[in-house]
Amino acid sequence: MARKTAAIVGPGNIGTDLMYKLLRSAENGGSIEPRWMIGVDPSSEGLRLATERGLVASHEGVDWLLKQDELPDLIFEATSAYVHREYAPRYEEAGIRAVDLTPASVGPAVIPPVNGEEHVGAMNVNMITCGGQATIPMVAAVSRAAQPYGGVSYAEIVASVSSVSAGPGTRANIDEFTRTTAAGVETIGGAAHGKAIIILNPAEPPMIMRDTIFCAVPPDADTDAIVASVLEMERAVQEYVPGYRLLQEPQVDEPSAATRGQTKVSIFVEVEGAGDYLPPYSGNLDIMTAAAARVGENIARSMASEGR
Amino acid sequence: MTDPNALERTWSGTHGEEPWGRLDLRLTDTCLRDGSHHKRHQFTAQEVHDIVEALDASGIPVIEVTHGDGLGGSSFNYGFSRTPEQELIRIAAETAKRARIAFLMLPGVGTKDDIRAAQDNGGQICRIATHCTEADVSIQHFGLARELGLETVGFLMMSHTQPPEVLAKQARIMVDAGCQCVYVVDSAGALIMEQTADRVSAVVAEIGAQADVGFHGHENLGLGVANTVIAARAGATQIDGSVRRFGAGAGNTPLEAFIGVCDKLGWTTGVDFLQVVDASEDVIRPAMPEECRLDRMTLMMGYAGVYSSFLKHAGNAAERYGVSGAKILLEAGRRKLIGGQEDQLIDIALRLRREADGAEPAAAGRDEVARVG
Repeated sequence: MARKTAAIVGPGNIGTDLMYKLLRSAENGGSIEPRWMIGVDPSSEGLRLATERGLVASHEGVDWLLKQDELPDLIFEATSAYVHREYAPRYEEAGIRAVDLTPASVGPAVIPPVNGEEHVGAMNVNMITCGGQATIPMVAAVSRAAQPYGGVSYAEIVASVSSVSAGPGTRANIDEFTRTTAAGVETIGGAAHGKAIIILNPAEPPMIMRDTIFCAVPPDADTDAIVASVLEMERAVQEYVPGYRLLQEPQVDEPSAATRGQTKVSIFVEVEGAGDYLPPYSGNLDIMTAAAARVGENIARSMASEGR
Repeated sequence: MTDPNALERTWSGTHGEEPWGRLDLRLTDTCLRDGSHHKRHQFTAQEVHDIVEALDASGIPVIEVTHGDGLGGSSFNYGFSRTPEQELIRIAAETAKRARIAFLMLPGVGTKDDIRAAQDNGGQICRIATHCTEADVSIQHFGLARELGLETVGFLMMSHTQPPEVLAKQARIMVDAGCQCVYVVDSAGALIMEQTADRVSAVVAEIGAQADVGFHGHENLGLGVANTVIAARAGATQIDGSVRRFGAGAGNTPLEAFIGVCDKLGWTTGVDFLQVVDASEDVIRPAMPEECRLDRMTLMMGYAGVYSSFLKHAGNAAERYGVSGAKILLEAGRRKLIGGQEDQLIDIALRLRREADGAEPAAAGRDEVARVG
């Protein structure tokens, strides 16, 4: 089966880490051939590393890429929400599928273990945010178990990441992070209302990404089933992010005034990165690139099976 | 001979006289924001009305009203508000005759939409807080606030964790983004006198006449007033405090005490000392669940350099899991947790519980990942 070609746009930390993941996946029989790395700064370390690994690297931006005779089947966007919003229509015009790692939310959002197969035909899918990838699977795990009792009325996630792993894109657009993540907690996690909080912690040595997920479920919900569902989801995420783990057994607090009359389920996770390009503490970036690689693989396979 | 107590930088020296006179220092009372932590975010509309009325009448020029963790802080992680904060801001704005109403927001917790809503409800001063190494997350919010015509203040939280030159650089980022006054914020109540002065001086030296400098103190080592006096001498012209210390941890700089000290030193604050003392006894105290005290827990916060609003949450976790609240706070300090990471206090409590139960100490399995700090 012919591999689908891919370009990575944005040779920063995320783009470079993604390149290593795609290359490894290709070596292991994956369906994507990473062929281009596109940036705008000739001195970019990511472009240099891409050349070293045999990719075609250009600092002349997307305009250059779209002028080539051969276009990629897939583009992984690792720039910023603003940039992606500007270019997404041009990718679509050129018939190129886009996997968006920025919080631009142009296309439907995808969380691999929750709706990874749902949007393989879409021209543009987005990966929400790192905090979303780390927490929405757990919200969904609670939702599915609490569904018979009325589901999750409110879910709140707190993502703590090390300052050094939060790039300029995140910093300039922290509102996008909270809004996009909260929306994903609702639309994909299944919570009636979602809230997201992000903390950048500068401690040295850098802290490994930590996420806490609080869910409000009806007082009669089967908490044993919820805990079992959470443990199952931990394993599902570990399939593509080996460093994803629960720090504690899920905690269940009985309804009280402080929980607004609902049972509160608290889930504590840590995400240690695979160390492909980024250091292991930046699990926040690793889970984005791992999820994007997995979603890209699904799309490439679907394209191949449709003979496109 | 000049007055040995005269301040080199004064509020009116930069901004001219207020309609009601000259101010050496412009004070902000924050009991309706920082005190929200102590109150577990349970303020009623009536309490906010009464407190604003009393503080406004005493001459306090700025009153801050928001959930303790800023706009959007009502949550599992920080505690749900009894009354929506936007409603409290509106009531405060409707009640105040002269005082300007300020509100706090933390990028990552609140959003620009919250700022717009707070302005619609009558908030006039937008105070944007970041951890003191992360000022660049506030750039978009300062931009919006200025665009909306709001007065702006920047909070460099947990200032004790960084040397003066780092704070100065972070202050520069805020000022360039549109911040009109950068506060050195002693969130943990851990700064000691000269450490305060050095930080304020460094920020003053960096931003010069481009913006004001402020100081926000806590009482966890009993130094709120002392730190604030030395901050004013170093050039801070906006000063935070809470009447009766009504704030997180052991509370804020007791504003009425500081006002009395200013009277003694000849620094004009525009506040009537006797009137604010009456407000403290007759209006503020009845709204407080208890006095803000220096006790084992709050001392631990100043000693270990822990974010003051962790107090109630550490207490909750200690009670829930039957472990020592003081140990939770010490571990929070060791892990270098910063403002906003209240969720991690539960993780610490669970770990202490397992240790107490004789499980393998933090070494095996899931526990080894505690290498955060």
